[in-house]
Amino acid sequence: MELQTLHQIASTERARQKPVRLHCCTSSGCRTAAALEIIDELQGAIAQQHLQDRVEVVGVGCMGFCGRGPLVEVDPQGVLYEAVQPQQAASIVEALGGGTAQALPGDTDHPFFTRQLRVVREYSGKIDPERIEEYIAVGGYEALYRALYEMTPAQVVEEISRSGLRGRGGGGYPTGLKWATVAKMPGDQKYIICNGDEGDPGAFMDRSILESDPHLVLEGMAIAGYAVGANHGYIYVRAEYPLAIDRLQRGIQQAKKYGLLGSQIFDSPFDFKIDIRIGAGAFVCGEETALIQSIEGGRGNPVPRPPYPAEKGLYRCPTLINNVETLANVTAILRRGADWYSSIGTATSKGTKIFALTGKVRNNGLIEVPMGITLREIVEDMGGGVPSGEVKAIQTGGPSGGCIPKPLLDTPVDYDSLRAVGSMMGSGGMVVMDQHTSMVEIAQFYMDFCREETCGKCVPCRTGTVQLYALLTQLLDGQATAADLAQLEALCHLVRDTSLCGLGQTAPNPVLSTLQYFWEEYEALLVPPAYLNGPELPQEVQRSCPDVPAG
Amino acid sequence: MKRHQYRTDALIEVLHVAQEVFGYLEEEVLTHVAHGLKLPLSKVYGVATFYHLFSLKPSGVHSCVVCLGTACYVKGSGQILDGLRAELGVEVGETTADGQVSLTVARCLGACGIAPAIVLDGAVLGKLDAAAAIAQVQALAPSS
Repeated sequence: MELQTLHQIASTERARQKPVRLHCCTSSGCRTAAALEIIDELQGAIAQQHLQDRVEVVGVGCMGFCGRGPLVEVDPQGVLYEAVQPQQAASIVEALGGGTAQALPGDTDHPFFTRQLRVVREYSGKIDPERIEEYIAVGGYEALYRALYEMTPAQVVEEISRSGLRGRGGGGYPTGLKWATVAKMPGDQKYIICNGDEGDPGAFMDRSILESDPHLVLEGMAIAGYAVGANHGYIYVRAEYPLAIDRLQRGIQQAKKYGLLGSQIFDSPFDFKIDIRIGAGAFVCGEETALIQSIEGGRGNPVPRPPYPAEKGLYRCPTLINNVETLANVTAILRRGADWYSSIGTATSKGTKIFALTGKVRNNGLIEVPMGITLREIVEDMGGGVPSGEVKAIQTGGPSGGCIPKPLLDTPVDYDSLRAVGSMMGSGGMVVMDQHTSMVEIAQFYMDFCREETCGKCVPCRTGTVQLYALLTQLLDGQATAADLAQLEALCHLVRDTSLCGLGQTAPNPVLSTLQYFWEEYEALLVPPAYLNGPELPQEVQRSCPDVPAG
Repeated sequence: MKRHQYRTDALIEVLHVAQEVFGYLEEEVLTHVAHGLKLPLSKVYGVATFYHLFSLKPSGVHSCVVCLGTACYVKGSGQILDGLRAELGVEVGETTADGQVSLTVARCLGACGIAPAIVLDGAVLGKLDAAAAIAQVQALAPSS
């Protein structure tokens, strides 16, 4: 495969594509709501109206407006239809010639769309994820070619470092630094692992990337392999994402067929093969050392670090582990340059982040925004606000994160600002809560999750999550005293400071953050002190006690 | 097992297929896998019991998974679960007496845009409430 051939495939594909394309989202959300039926109906309508030469229907990836699916977009006009029903297909096709369709138009001028900066999601919802030719037609695999022929591995690492990209899985570790560390390690065998075990409840950004633009991740992994000296990559995907797994398998096969993966990529000495590994329903396997255990066919028990996977990872070899979204940023950085990338975002958080905006908010779905945008802009402008009330809190970071209360809505979204208010960026889940949500119940909900998902290896987490859950339940049952509440807080600190891995270390975060901002809700659940309901105390004692109400 | 060249690190993949074929992982199946991959039964058992998706008990003809992810929870999936538990008369992880419906929970299906969601026999259904969910299940298995 030469560059010329790649360009030829691209131009052949562009010539093949019809002038008008009806994009129909076929990602998991829309798919379950009759997207495939809609595609059939549209194809039928096109045939009936004899428009086959000018119009085609394309099953594409996720357009992001998930709460209003199924979605159909007319390209290149940019007309969007939401909540489409199969019987509206004929009308949509008729409207191509003028007039209005009997379908719900989407407002593409709404901030939900206009305020986004689509770097990773540039082609999600525009190309057919099941055809590599469409990816090549929009410039796919050119970044890999450039890396192999115009840059040294060290230069690739340098470019990623200069871009300021930080881990998008939640940790925010400088990606360039991680790449440099693995690159420097001695050893003939190194591995790249793509962490697709997106386990945070309420987060589906990685699922969307894998379903909508799988080659973006494959190309990113290959570039990473070239940069650090690895020939073998694994993508670990959770079993709950069958469509993503299917699209990845297809993508890998198609790339191999064209010589874009496998041996001697682009006729260079660089080999890179990618295997898929499937999870089996364990949140802890998103933790990098547990993930490695799982790929090796074992129980997902984390191990102490150091040594870090960069030094001794999969099969005791230097391993680079990056999140799906992190790897999906790589080709953009190589194609448009680190300077361009670092001009987006804030001083310490560069680039964009994809968020799954869900919960009590009008517009549910996926948004990609520049770092530094405020929570208020996201929830009120893009999200359209809370339908039946007002914002009470925004939860970010999943079970490892915290709840940010309404008064702090102007907090900018970046790694450090979110930490400063007691939460964290996390993988991108952003759940909006209104006045009907009980914050203590939310804390209990997350603790229940951690209690279910603890691997059981270390005492603080195994027993701590159980006890914390019990205390929270006691509170909600109206059986807890002030002493119990103090113990709750103390136990949170203990679990956070002594757990072996990130699961236990961050499990108390939702509790601590709700204790900080919603103390009244906890206090309101307490049993009043015994002496207020107990035997009468002597008058002099009562009068002198500051806790006893006067009179 | 053959497809993975009997490699021990393919254990999870093998168990997935075994569960698909046999419906659940009973002891005989685990022993067979242990022999095939030359692993101690304890190791195979350990992996089978660690991961939520593997079941060592037979499941019902129909499976109903209620999503308890944050977005679904905030939008009322807890009530859907309570409603289904009452209607079917089973707890989470159990199967109805007539063996028709198994009720389980998932921690997040990634279908948050259409929360609250359940999965009935592999099909994701969204934007439900307790009554709608019960109706869907009853349409599948009227007797339960």
